[in-house]
Amino acid sequence: MDKLTESKIIEDLFPQKFGKIGQIWVLSLLLLCALGAFAYGRQLYYGLEVTAMRDYVSWGIYISNFVFFVAISLVGSLITAVLRLTNVKWSTPLTRIAEIIAVSAITFASLIIIVDMGRPERFYNLFLHGRLQSPIIWDVIVITTYFFISLLLLYFPLLPDLKILIGFKERNGKWLQKLYVFLGSFWNNSLAQFKITDKAINILAIAIIPVAFSIHTVTSWLFATTYRPGWDSTNFGAYFISGAFLVGAGGVVVAMYIFRIHYKLEKYITNDHFDRMGKVLVMLALLYLYFNVNEFLVPAFKMKKSEEEHLLGLFTGEFAPIFWFAIFTAMFIPIFILLFKKGRRPLPAFIAGVLVVVGSWFKRFLIVTPTLLHPFLPMHDVPASYHHYIPTWEEWAIAIGSLAGALLVITFFARIFPIIPIHETILETESNENK
Amino acid sequence: MKTNQNSRRDFLATSLIAGAALAGCSNKNPFTTEEIPDVKASGEMVKLLSVDGEIIEVDKAFLKPVPTLPAVMNTEAREGITGKKFVMVIDLSRCKSVKKCQTACNHMHHIHPGQNWIKVYPIQEAEHTAPYWQPTTCMHCDEPPCVKVCPVDATFKRKDGIVLIDSDRCIGCRFCMAACPYSTRVFNWEQPLLEKEIAEKPYSCETSVPQKKGTVGKCDFCPDMVRQGNLPHCVSACPNGVFMFGDILEDTVTNGAETFRFSELIRDKAGYRLMEDLGTKPSVYYLPPVNRNFPFENKEDAADPKKG
Repeated sequence: MDKLTESKIIEDLFPQKFGKIGQIWVLSLLLLCALGAFAYGRQLYYGLEVTAMRDYVSWGIYISNFVFFVAISLVGSLITAVLRLTNVKWSTPLTRIAEIIAVSAITFASLIIIVDMGRPERFYNLFLHGRLQSPIIWDVIVITTYFFISLLLLYFPLLPDLKILIGFKERNGKWLQKLYVFLGSFWNNSLAQFKITDKAINILAIAIIPVAFSIHTVTSWLFATTYRPGWDSTNFGAYFISGAFLVGAGGVVVAMYIFRIHYKLEKYITNDHFDRMGKVLVMLALLYLYFNVNEFLVPAFKMKKSEEEHLLGLFTGEFAPIFWFAIFTAMFIPIFILLFKKGRRPLPAFIAGVLVVVGSWFKRFLIVTPTLLHPFLPMHDVPASYHHYIPTWEEWAIAIGSLAGALLVITFFARIFPIIPIHETILETESNENK
Repeated sequence: MKTNQNSRRDFLATSLIAGAALAGCSNKNPFTTEEIPDVKASGEMVKLLSVDGEIIEVDKAFLKPVPTLPAVMNTEAREGITGKKFVMVIDLSRCKSVKKCQTACNHMHHIHPGQNWIKVYPIQEAEHTAPYWQPTTCMHCDEPPCVKVCPVDATFKRKDGIVLIDSDRCIGCRFCMAACPYSTRVFNWEQPLLEKEIAEKPYSCETSVPQKKGTVGKCDFCPDMVRQGNLPHCVSACPNGVFMFGDILEDTVTNGAETFRFSELIRDKAGYRLMEDLGTKPSVYYLPPVNRNFPFENKEDAADPKKG
């Protein structure tokens, strides 16, 4: 293996222009976003009528998508904060990937919740008339806090890298150079500055853990504070948090693989990283499985009348195909793949990661919708269309558009900034050599 | 002297109109006099009661008919009627699902076609128990789960026990719909189908009219009718006297034809509330379907009274 010199590392990790594949990728994401924007335009004009949501299923895939985004954004705190505070060194090349996933996901979580509102133009009422007793207000507060802490956790470690980037004026072009100078020209690599950012990052890393737990616990409380069968559960906070860490870690494995292949980063995101992340993923999947057992088997043992229809709908009824699909793809199959050393090589780990992410999306759908189809009083005196929920094309376009938007943010970030911290990689290579 | 009197009359008339305009939360500036500059006194005097309780005389020419406007201001509608605590009793032994209540409610509140604030459920608790009709309104709970979760105070509980919605404030998040265990709330998914005249009215929390796109609606116990000393629309529309409305502090409920002492009615007929175990403390009581006036005949969906 060639020795990694400083200039080689900079050369390898320097943000690259989009190649042909990159351009096609960006273009298709932009098209999906445009389609979503068009669908949202229709929704603004005609009202939420364009969705399949009605009086019983009053929350649909927008809310599942919201829960999914909040869930996946939790990974920022897992990789950056938890692993940093426990002095795990191998995660360094993954921190920025995790942080940008967090920032972009939490941004789109906020956007999709506005999409779900019947009167988005009255959003300001949340600040004008906000009442602290509503879990929605708690969500607004913690999500905003999480967004800013995540943004800072992305920005501070970026500063030494910006210094390096500014050094390549010709290569950057006018706009990027301006951006780098704007963001990081005050950084001069002095010891005092390192000391201060180190301290700041440590404080943020500690602060983000309770905030991260809050965002997803509060999101689970949007459901658990109601009486409905399937939501009325004291297990919900922990169930959501464990699921969130799982989907987030799955997302990071997927992103690691794609960046590694696309930017040829085999020396930086190594097989060892996949092995270790694979182990993390197995542990999280088992943890989530544990909470699922609690969530479903305990009420199923009692089969209270109000819960019965809901549970049977999931196990053997209308939602059984999606339910078992989600359980198998988000948990059983990834656990089976990743328990074996061979399964933790990059490609199989990547496949397991994709399964986790896809399964988790459908899991969120199952958390939101089936419950609403089983109200306490039977569905009655409403048009027949109110008895079912099959999302319309507008809903799919908006949901997919928001997912595409989140990917677009990550893509552009990787185009503009080094997706693997250059400065920290140099430091670690040096310290490894000195050993 | 004469001019002096005139200006006093002018002032009174202006303030009367201003008062009426204020009360109606009209968009026009109530403090302007420009609407009555060239009115000449007719000499015909009318006696009126002033806000201070004095009897005053005003020239008829200065009086202007006030268009029907909501009776109270939004701030007052949020307060409720002092010294009242409204309650409803629904006698299940009298209901045969004529649904006149629903029709009247839909008509008077201009509810979008296909939606209902009052629902009449065919209920059968278990296989061998008797089926019966159960009309539901909003339960106007004393511990309303919908009010607890509303992030913007758009739905609120008044001191007279009524839970209302301010459609001008509602952001359409539908958390209240998820929170309500009685599935009483409906959402205006599209622009509600309204006559132009109704749609242009300023929204009143007490009439819940006009319904607005992207906001939640529900049964409001018709506080506008109650304020005028009338019964809610469902109560007066029911031909079988199923609904009884009244004030728990006065301990009376009436369906228009008969009046009962609330406590005696509930005691003698073993009245109960829906889903008491949830702790929502509804203001709507039910009398069990015993000694029924009508047999249970389900023509509308003979298929499934699936769930109880």
